[in-house]
Amino acid sequence: MRRINGIALASAALSLLAGAAQAQVAVRGEMVYTMAGAAIRDGVVLIGADGKIERVGPAAEVQVPAGYRTITGRVVTPGLVDAHSVVGLAGAMNQPHDQDQLDRNEAIAPELRAIDAYNARETLVEWLRGYGVTTVHTGHGPGALVSGQTMIVKTRGDDVGEALVDTTTMVAFTLGRQVSSNFRSAGTRARGMLLLRAQLQKAREYDRRRSGSEPGSRDLGLEMLARVLNREVPALITAQQVPEILAALRLREEFGFDMVLDGGAESYLVIDEIRQAGIPVILHPSMVRLGGETSGATLETARRLREAGITVALQSGYEGYVPKTRVVLFEAAIAAANGLSMEDALRTITIDAANVIGVGDRVGSLERGKDGDVAVFDGDPFEYTSHVCATIIEGQVVSEGCR
Amino acid sequence: MRRTLTAAFLAAAAVLPAQAQEQPHAFRGATLIPIAGPPIQSGVLVVQGGRITAIGGPETAVPANAVVHDVTGKTIMPGLVDTHSHIGGGDGGDRSNPMHPGVRILDAIDARDEGIQKAQAGGITTVNVMPGSGLLMSGQTAYLKLRDGNDIYDLLFCSDVLREICGGMKMANGTNPRGEPPSPGTRGRAAAIVRERFVRAQEYREKIRTAGAPDRVSPRDLEMEALAEVLDGRRVVHFHTHRADDILTALRLSQEFGFRIVLQHVSEAWKVADEIAASGAPASIIILDSPGGKLETMGFSNENGRALEQVGVLTAFHTDDGITDSRFFLRSAGMGVRMGMSRERALEAMTIAGARMMGLEERVGTLETGKDADFLVLSGDPLSVYTHVEQTWVEGSKVFDLADAKDRMYAVGGPGVFDGAAMHTHDGEEGH
Repeated sequence: MRRINGIALASAALSLLAGAAQAQVAVRGEMVYTMAGAAIRDGVVLIGADGKIERVGPAAEVQVPAGYRTITGRVVTPGLVDAHSVVGLAGAMNQPHDQDQLDRNEAIAPELRAIDAYNARETLVEWLRGYGVTTVHTGHGPGALVSGQTMIVKTRGDDVGEALVDTTTMVAFTLGRQVSSNFRSAGTRARGMLLLRAQLQKAREYDRRRSGSEPGSRDLGLEMLARVLNREVPALITAQQVPEILAALRLREEFGFDMVLDGGAESYLVIDEIRQAGIPVILHPSMVRLGGETSGATLETARRLREAGITVALQSGYEGYVPKTRVVLFEAAIAAANGLSMEDALRTITIDAANVIGVGDRVGSLERGKDGDVAVFDGDPFEYTSHVCATIIEGQVVSEGCR
Repeated sequence: MRRTLTAAFLAAAAVLPAQAQEQPHAFRGATLIPIAGPPIQSGVLVVQGGRITAIGGPETAVPANAVVHDVTGKTIMPGLVDTHSHIGGGDGGDRSNPMHPGVRILDAIDARDEGIQKAQAGGITTVNVMPGSGLLMSGQTAYLKLRDGNDIYDLLFCSDVLREICGGMKMANGTNPRGEPPSPGTRGRAAAIVRERFVRAQEYREKIRTAGAPDRVSPRDLEMEALAEVLDGRRVVHFHTHRADDILTALRLSQEFGFRIVLQHVSEAWKVADEIAASGAPASIIILDSPGGKLETMGFSNENGRALEQVGVLTAFHTDDGITDSRFFLRSAGMGVRMGMSRERALEAMTIAGARMMGLEERVGTLETGKDADFLVLSGDPLSVYTHVEQTWVEGSKVFDLADAKDRMYAVGGPGVFDGAAMHTHDGEEGH
């Protein structure tokens, strides 16, 4: 998870500029879910001029300094974290010119960078922001054996540099029938596995050669896979049904990379195997369409995985038609209505999501020193009739008005 | 709870339909939301012979022989009415012609499709099952009652498919019906094809009048007969339309030929709410988690419900299953309120409003004496995400029970439960 230097510098410069211009903010809520310890009744979150959280505590103990803009709401949570999306690469219009989440030319394309395809001005980014989502793990989607890289953005900015948190978060793999329908070269699932194993083997040899005395020429794809094999970048493996989930675990065992299981429609049938592997799950949206590979999805999978001690994050996922994206707030609400406690459901779209995508030290909870990303609600965040009334990213109010 | 074949035979042998139980059932202690009037605390609902025989407060008399259900703390409301769905695995017209007024979806519906069970789990008891939007007129829709059934006859509202009108007529404009000839390439062509067909139908209707009855016209034209039903206002047009200008085109066609119309989807209703109100047409809308998915729905808004309520348009919700899942239909009401609808109109939009659009308001959509005993036992308030449909009753028979292990699978999901489910996400033949 490295930043490309130029972009990191540009981004840092911009946030300094933005920081100089922005007011300091105090967010006060009847209930503040910090996701780091118990919720605080009548709590306050202070965000400094640098966009970082200065203090969190009961209003009785935290004095709001003069000059701070105060925003109040009934419920305050960390800015929501969408653990897996394609928003920004996949646009709302659903026309060829705004669909960049999947290249159908090559079944294995780890060299495709997400930063080269992210449209920060995409209307769906603004849409998510309006519903309290501040951090999104987005990038190349499911559908290819390796579709490309993913990245992490904040739902702000006019270009990728302004939005960027992490350039290269994971490499997106997919196992399953959808790959076979997209690529003749991987006409069956079993053949797909062979192609992946052969390519990972090749990457291992490439890595040895590159670090030896005769490095030869560079190969961007093998280089990226080598970073997966060296555990610098985790593999995000989309696998819905039991055979694919087990195949993914086998691949991990054979090559020893870090892995996050994505989708997992039938993950509840192989809970022991997933727990033993010690991997987290970015579960399909609760309201995922049933049919094909997801026909076995249940509303209680999040609860069952969590009860087994598996870290679970929820995702908006990939949608091919209407609606063009889901909203993790609504997906977590359904999980909360189906066995997860309210706070555990909130974890799946805040701190647990942040941890799964590797930015738990920066976002996902309201703690001193973390980014000042906050969502403000006028009631239980999960109730249909509640509203998100403000979204704050690093101290900037990026969305106002209850929706 | 699907009947087994044996149960079906037994029911048939009993002469009376299975739902027409002899013994009354009384439900006591729940908050009743009759829709027809204000909520009743600690109410009593009595049903017998498939109908509601009494509804009222705690003082309401319960027949001595009634099976009494203590539903204290629960909420009871009418079964939900879904004005636009694609459950049942049916299909409609094909690409041979852009208009198929003679095609009936009831000829292709599988009553054993798991979508029926899924909809029961979501509390839907009345549904308008439609062919897709990939054609200007994809065929006749079917108004179904979601009884536990083995065949289409168990589900239909009508009792004689050869003599009665058993549904509406599906039409569409905008981009979905476009295609290679004979489909239209432009909006202008689309409207011209429709107008030409309706002009022929006007002429055919004169032939029917002259002959005295449809079956006395020689030669009979089944397609023209169906269009004549539309012109007579006996068969309602359910018109899929998204963009503001397409909505107005649909209204213009309806006004030119005088057919009854229900505007379906109306993604940009908020832009032309006044025009819709002036036309008197009702609107069937959907809640979606984001706009877009195709160009003509970029202007979609979840505030359509509020905008239409403000100008007094009769408004109902629909699932468009599988665009949204029937199990989450109740969510529409809560989200509608979130986006500015009143609680009363939002709950009507789940029930009586849709019934009115289909002309079924005498039988379903409210809890009133004499109406079909179609109702839900909910764990709490219908607008809350934490509320579950615990029981769905159709004509006095329980068709879904969350406490039943098999029924629960349809509500929650599980291995193999929805293996036959079609993805229904592509443009063209089907789709939003």
